[in-house]
Amino acid sequence: MSKRRPAALSDVQCVSLVQELLRERLCHQKLPDQPIGLDSQYKHLLELLRRTAVHGESNSVLIVGPRGSGKTMLLGCVLRELMSLKEVQKNVLLVELNGLLQTDDKIALKEITRQLHLENVVGDKVFGSFAENLAFLLEALKKGDKSSSRPVLFLLDEFDLFAHHKNQTLLYNLLDVSQSAQTPVAVVGFTCRLDVLELLEKRVKSRFSHRQIHLFSSLSFSQYVDVVRLQLSLPQDFPDHRFSSQWNQSVTKLCEDKSVLEVLKRSFNSSKDFRSLFSLLFMAVSRVSVSHSTLCEADFLESGRLISADSKANVLHGLSILELCLIIAMKHLNDTYDGEPFNFQMVHNEFKKFIQRKSHSIHKFEKPVVMKAFEHLLQLELVRPVDSGVCKVQREYQLMRLMLEHGQVMEALQRYPQCPTDVKQWALSAFA
Amino acid sequence: MSRYITRLSMRRTYKWNGRPVGEDRKLRRQYYGSMSISVDGRTEDVTVSLGQYILIEGENDDNPFVAQLLKLYTDESGKMKTAVVQWFVRMYEVPQYKRKLLGRDPHPQEVFFYQDSSCDNEVDGESILAPVQIMYIAPEHPFPEGKSKDMLFVKHSWDTKSFQAVDPELIEPPPSPKSPPPSSRGPQARPLPTPDPSIMKRAITGAITRGSMSTGKMSSTEAESLHSASKLSAAKALSAKRRSRASSGPHVRKKLELCSPSKNMSRDDVLGEILDKHIDTDKTLMSKMNTSPSGRISISIRLTPLKCNEEQQILPLSSHSPDKPTLTAYGSDSATSVFLGVPALGDDDPESLNNTGRTPRKREATPRRASVRGLKARTPSRRKDSASLKEPALTALAEEEHEDSPAQTAATPRSKRKSAQLVSSRIRKQLNLIANKFDLQSDGEDGDEDDCFVPSKIDLQSSSDEELEAKVDSEDELVVKKRRGSRTPRATDKSCVSARTPCKTPSKKAAPSTPRTPRHATPSIPSRTAPARKPGNVLEEARARLHVSAVPESLPCREQEFQDIYNFVESKVIDGTGGCMYISGVPGTGKTATVHEVIRSLQQSAEQDEIPHFNFIEINGMKMTDPHQAYVQILQKLTDQKATSDHAAALLEKRFSAPAPKKETTVLLVDELDLLWTRKQNVMYNLFDWPTRRNARLVVLTIANTMDLPERIMINRVASRLGLTRMSFQPYTFKQLQQIITSRLNRVKAFEEDALQLVSRKVAALSGDARRCLDICRRATEICEHSGNQQKGSGLVGMSHVMEALDEMFSSSYIAAIRSASVQEQLLLRAVIAEFRRLGLEEATFQQVFVQHQALCRVEGLQPVSVSEGLLVCQRLGSCRLLLLEGSRLDLFLRIRLNVSQDDVLYALKAD
Repeated sequence: MSKRRPAALSDVQCVSLVQELLRERLCHQKLPDQPIGLDSQYKHLLELLRRTAVHGESNSVLIVGPRGSGKTMLLGCVLRELMSLKEVQKNVLLVELNGLLQTDDKIALKEITRQLHLENVVGDKVFGSFAENLAFLLEALKKGDKSSSRPVLFLLDEFDLFAHHKNQTLLYNLLDVSQSAQTPVAVVGFTCRLDVLELLEKRVKSRFSHRQIHLFSSLSFSQYVDVVRLQLSLPQDFPDHRFSSQWNQSVTKLCEDKSVLEVLKRSFNSSKDFRSLFSLLFMAVSRVSVSHSTLCEADFLESGRLISADSKANVLHGLSILELCLIIAMKHLNDTYDGEPFNFQMVHNEFKKFIQRKSHSIHKFEKPVVMKAFEHLLQLELVRPVDSGVCKVQREYQLMRLMLEHGQVMEALQRYPQCPTDVKQWALSAFA
Repeated sequence: MSRYITRLSMRRTYKWNGRPVGEDRKLRRQYYGSMSISVDGRTEDVTVSLGQYILIEGENDDNPFVAQLLKLYTDESGKMKTAVVQWFVRMYEVPQYKRKLLGRDPHPQEVFFYQDSSCDNEVDGESILAPVQIMYIAPEHPFPEGKSKDMLFVKHSWDTKSFQAVDPELIEPPPSPKSPPPSSRGPQARPLPTPDPSIMKRAITGAITRGSMSTGKMSSTEAESLHSASKLSAAKALSAKRRSRASSGPHVRKKLELCSPSKNMSRDDVLGEILDKHIDTDKTLMSKMNTSPSGRISISIRLTPLKCNEEQQILPLSSHSPDKPTLTAYGSDSATSVFLGVPALGDDDPESLNNTGRTPRKREATPRRASVRGLKARTPSRRKDSASLKEPALTALAEEEHEDSPAQTAATPRSKRKSAQLVSSRIRKQLNLIANKFDLQSDGEDGDEDDCFVPSKIDLQSSSDEELEAKVDSEDELVVKKRRGSRTPRATDKSCVSARTPCKTPSKKAAPSTPRTPRHATPSIPSRTAPARKPGNVLEEARARLHVSAVPESLPCREQEFQDIYNFVESKVIDGTGGCMYISGVPGTGKTATVHEVIRSLQQSAEQDEIPHFNFIEINGMKMTDPHQAYVQILQKLTDQKATSDHAAALLEKRFSAPAPKKETTVLLVDELDLLWTRKQNVMYNLFDWPTRRNARLVVLTIANTMDLPERIMINRVASRLGLTRMSFQPYTFKQLQQIITSRLNRVKAFEEDALQLVSRKVAALSGDARRCLDICRRATEICEHSGNQQKGSGLVGMSHVMEALDEMFSSSYIAAIRSASVQEQLLLRAVIAEFRRLGLEEATFQQVFVQHQALCRVEGLQPVSVSEGLLVCQRLGSCRLLLLEGSRLDLFLRIRLNVSQDDVLYALKAD
């Protein structure tokens, strides 16, 4: 990628280069140079870990922030800077655990032992029972002291899940080590739960230092748009200057375009995290091709539409008229009985009434056919039985609920190709 | 060693010999002169009589107590046999830190005349195991070499404070035991775990010639022994004698010590220790070895001046020649050389084992050659075993083992030769290869042998297995092992060839097919390359001092509790009784710290001999995986044994209920007691039951958080045993917290007075947890440091910093989270509240909330979101736990509750 080429590249090459570059950015494969809007948190964590690494001071800290707020990214940046210190690089041992992978303390202990390369690791395997491993690890940690042993950084992703382990043995022991004159450790937990401290048992809680670094984005919309621009712009060292300046110009223009801003605003309103923004941008960038070599607002509108599309709307579009009619019947039932569950028989009756009124426009269906259509809806989970456990009742009389909102039904009807007007009117009419 | 352990499994019967020699009417006692002990499975009875030295069953099966029998009597019922004894102590019974008072390395067979009136000198007659030989040696004389293992030496007395030269008159030579004629004890008696009296006697002979206690009778025994059936041992006794003569003199002794593994631990100590560890295996091996006499190979000994080891270097070359004829004579008519080779092996093993099993520091201290030998010596036989043995993983491990001392792998020629000898001697033994005729040619070919064996790394595990075998040999040996080089058998070319031919190998040495956990893995974290930086300024210094881990000079504010616990433990230790204490208190109130402090100061006063010595053991309910692991941990800390929990429970049970004289009090600290709860509560029951035993001498201190734990979770019989000695640690008051910080800071001026008060008041009001208090102070110093960079303040931690730290730690993050939430998230929260108000309930389904949400969107002039987007927003709030969601599979019918109070939400949203 960094190969210097003659100034002019063919369009094909340029576009594929752009695609490569932007995808890498948007798929979180590369750490940003500097975490955006997290300066104080960055400093705090860096300082804390540096003290463990350099001074041998034990610490524990929790990094709390909603999903996509950049917890792991923050740590990645901190570690990158920390490891650039030579003094630290050679000394620090890293142990990374994830609550989703190490689902109990036994597995977690083995993993810690393996990552620390303690002496009971043979090859890549850890032997010994749970109790032995625990005793061994504790003994190992106990033997170390502040000034002479290598500091260990324990990084616990999905920290809250570790709190669900039996007795919280692992957390107790790690935090106990961090509070006693043993091997210097830093326990760094990541979680999105704000109430994580309430999960900790009182003894464990007392041993935790109560340092929490919160990652709440205080991003304003203009900053948000700046990020978009930055992420989409091509770097200075892009081989083809003509192309890159053209591209960058178009991006800047896009970021001032009203309709694009509206799409971005919508996304910003929905969530401030970069992950959802990136998936929006990714869709737009994916539409760039040789024949369509610059981003335009249509790309944004389209990807915005895709992102905010309702997941059930598409399912509704694929239904037959009969099934649609059944859905409308259910909607009417919901309206009349104020959300009370219904059964097939009620739906069928409703549908029959409609057929009687409008026999000229709609086919008359046999009951088994209607039943079949109903079951199809059941399979699509557009209707769900109230209590799936009890199946003693005859199928026609099993209580069901419609899993669709009023608005969803109406929208589906609007967009349904060649929907009979009678059906539409029936849906719109307040009474059946 | 192993010879005693089977004794426990055998039944011993005790009988009085003859009629009472005296009677005490007042006490209604009848005194006897001797007692005979018959052991199941043995034909002869052992007789112990007054004045004789005896072994008494103790907690350590391998090293029974030693004593001199003074009186034997029975009470009126005639059932109780009691013995009055004069104790001798072994070195390991002397507290660790006092051992250096001796000023030299103790001999492994050394005992000390025990002068302590406080010690109970009456023991149960039925705990007597066997008679033993004790020899007095004047302090200035060196220990005799080449003595039987069962010979014990006395040089000094020990009165719990110092070692003194013992008065030789106190140690009268005991009447020699009436042992059956040596001929009746052929090799078939060998497997018996008891010392063979005939051999013992011969050994004594040697001892007496050395120790200038000559009797005419002894020399006749010697003569007799030369013709006895077990010529082996006789020959060895003799050769040992000769050797010891050759290497007598203090300078020799010194030399020996120089090459011992570590300064304060003689080689024999290590050997003894290792032997102890492998008792069980030894037993089986012994029985195997039992069959070997027929297969013993006789190889005559050659004296090789060239191969002198460092110990033997002082041997003048000329002194060998007179010995030569005799030795060759033995060699030719009986098997000797194998056994002569073995002691050297036994000698080496402790070192190599030491290398593998000890801490790295020790490892470095050991002579290099030892480890090389340990690793390489086994190569040939292992190679034959199987190719699979050379697991890459294991090799890697072995390599790792050597990384820190590269010099270890560089073998010196001498050590290589050693290893070759060792291997070849064993191989010859296994092959039944009699290579008598090659002996003469074997001179000067040792260099070649080395090349025959490809040096390769072999797992340490298996090597230790083999060492066992070697040790069995050395145990058969009655010759003490200070002998190397000059007399070790040398492998011939022939034997080298045979060594490489595939041959049967003992099944017990079968190569492990899967990599096993290295048994001697040392739990340790690698040490850092650059030393940790020291704190640079006042704030850093303060922070270091305020870290919870920093051990304070004293524990302020817990004086009363300290005193109470101290008194409790001290009185129990002094009285030699047992008891339980229950300590409760919320976390961070200094329970464990206080107990540790108590133990520390008790240990100090024990060191100054104000109180008797005691063991301190600590277990923590949180640091074990299962309540039953408590047994395992206690046992391991008490005796260094490893066992399964059931077995450990049985062993502990035995230990605490068996009467054993001279037992030290054990203080057991059980932290986080509530986690030892099991359904049957047998762990707790046992922990509290043991102290009530008469002979247990166990003090149990238990710590838990809840005051009423005994009433809440314990069943009656457990709670009753725990007793009513309770103590509760109150949360610290603000004054105490302030004092704690001040005392920790110890004149490091880093805090403003007001700031300290604020912290302590705040923490005292919340929890009274000292850890919290210290953490806040540490955080405050950090904040101060950062702000100090920007504006020059007083440099001290002030109110503002503390306030900030407090805010960070105690303020709820919900409000901040709501404020930083996206517009849709905030709208959804509003919709939730609106829906709650409408319903008058605190729970709503998503569908209901969504309707509200759409309405709110319209009010706010935003485009309404789709159901999917709405659900996404809802789930996001749920993952932060601002909302509590139930039944996420239910889609539209997801139940929503608020995890924050409605007022908080409204407050957060209004200020926005």
